[in-house]
Amino acid sequence: MNDKSSKLIDKKGIRLDGRKADELRPLKLQVGVLSNADGSAYIEHGKNKILAAAFGPREMHPKHLALADRMVLRCRYHMAPFSVQERKSPAPSRREVELSKVIRESLEPALFLELYPRTGVDVFIEVLQADGGTRCASITAAALAIADAGVPMRDLVVACAAGKVDNTIVLDLHDEEDKLGDADVPVAYMPSLDAVTLLQMDGILTPDEFQRAVDMAMNGCKKIYEMQKEALKTKYMVVKDTEEKEEDEEVEE
Amino acid sequence: MSSLITRVRLKQISQHIENGKRLDERGLHDYRPIKIEQGVIEKAEGSARIYLGKTEVLVGVKVETGEPFPDTPDRGVQTVNAELVPLASPNFEPGPPDENSIELARIVDRGLRESNAIDTAKLCIDAGKKVFVVFVDVYVLNYDGNLIDASALAALAALMNTKLPNYEYKDGELKIKQGFTQLPLKSRPITVTIGKINNQLVIDPQLEEEQVMDSRLSIAINEQGNICAVQKGGSSYFTPQQILEASKLAQAKAAELRKKFDW
Repeated sequence: MNDKSSKLIDKKGIRLDGRKADELRPLKLQVGVLSNADGSAYIEHGKNKILAAAFGPREMHPKHLALADRMVLRCRYHMAPFSVQERKSPAPSRREVELSKVIRESLEPALFLELYPRTGVDVFIEVLQADGGTRCASITAAALAIADAGVPMRDLVVACAAGKVDNTIVLDLHDEEDKLGDADVPVAYMPSLDAVTLLQMDGILTPDEFQRAVDMAMNGCKKIYEMQKEALKTKYMVVKDTEEKEEDEEVEE
Repeated sequence: MSSLITRVRLKQISQHIENGKRLDERGLHDYRPIKIEQGVIEKAEGSARIYLGKTEVLVGVKVETGEPFPDTPDRGVQTVNAELVPLASPNFEPGPPDENSIELARIVDRGLRESNAIDTAKLCIDAGKKVFVVFVDVYVLNYDGNLIDASALAALAALMNTKLPNYEYKDGELKIKQGFTQLPLKSRPITVTIGKINNQLVIDPQLEEEQVMDSRLSIAINEQGNICAVQKGGSSYFTPQQILEASKLAQAKAAELRKKFDW
């Protein structure tokens, strides 16, 4: 698709940032980072830095958007003007509108929408710094924010991309690989249900390569899933620890 | 989407599907009758109107000159826009494009762009300064489901029908000459949408099926049978097995359409 003037993978199969083909970028996940939101999460995925906040279930505003038989999930994916090399206008672009839609549709299968009629959950995602694969990192963080808000879920949703770079199927493309590579396949997945909730692709792949990329992305998702669960537990361990301390102090008094 | 009436209808539709049939007696993997007319708008450089069952989409292509993008100074520009015109459905409203029309435009755009359908290298007039800009405008005239496949087919048909003006370029001046040449195309992608209703995969969902379907997968296939764009939509999921099945189905159906239209 693009002219390949620069090599993205060396002879030993090592990528520009030192990773192997099936290796993830370093990840950092934190839950409960914003005090005003009902639930929140922060993700660093490579150089991506993304905040997600969830509000609700709460009354829908405006009211006429409420549905009599189920909850409404709303998502807003938004990039900060300073998140990319050239300043991005803060007005929502067509890309952001589309991503907000597919992210919402990747999270909806995890929620019991029919159990909360007439209510709404709002998820706001702010990309503070972008480095390829923001939609995936956003989904991983948004699922944590919703869980942190205490909204029951069938499973956490976790997302990761795979793609084709220099004729090799690789996991978790960074910005340069995304732009210069041959194909990009973002996948969102609910591991314990074996259900794919987001699947997109651009570039050109043979059917076999496509299948391998989807499989590789799902395996990446499974690894991130463990970190996601750990991050969620970590927050509540801290809460438990402080509660225990407070109780101890009370006993001492 | 799931109002109470459609839930009752869902039962009916899924019972039909379990028996391998659709509401309109089609098979699970059959398209509705397709008719394409090319060159229906004389003032546009290219145009095509498609009838997919009762779904009707008109695509007009306008070609103008403009500046290239800074990262591709020697390439022409492709832009796709979609209008869900209010006369096409009681549920379409006038106003700025909503997420559905933006998604539709971006799916059509991605299919064409990623397969390198338009040979943009041949649309360069003066590198970094002047190139041809190809505007593909998707106009939905009657909505009865599966706008994605109808729009993608019509967009390709319109591009195949598009003529570029002959020109002369001297000292930064563009002079339009007599006559036209065909818009250079490198590939002819075909997009196939697979709907999932009660864990069954169906091709070309019509409106009522769309209202009850769980999710959809749109897959663009080029002449070599390779996949060049994918988009999942809808509030449900696909299992890995269903994705494999859908990609095989898309290939078979794309090949069938290619043969039918001799593309």
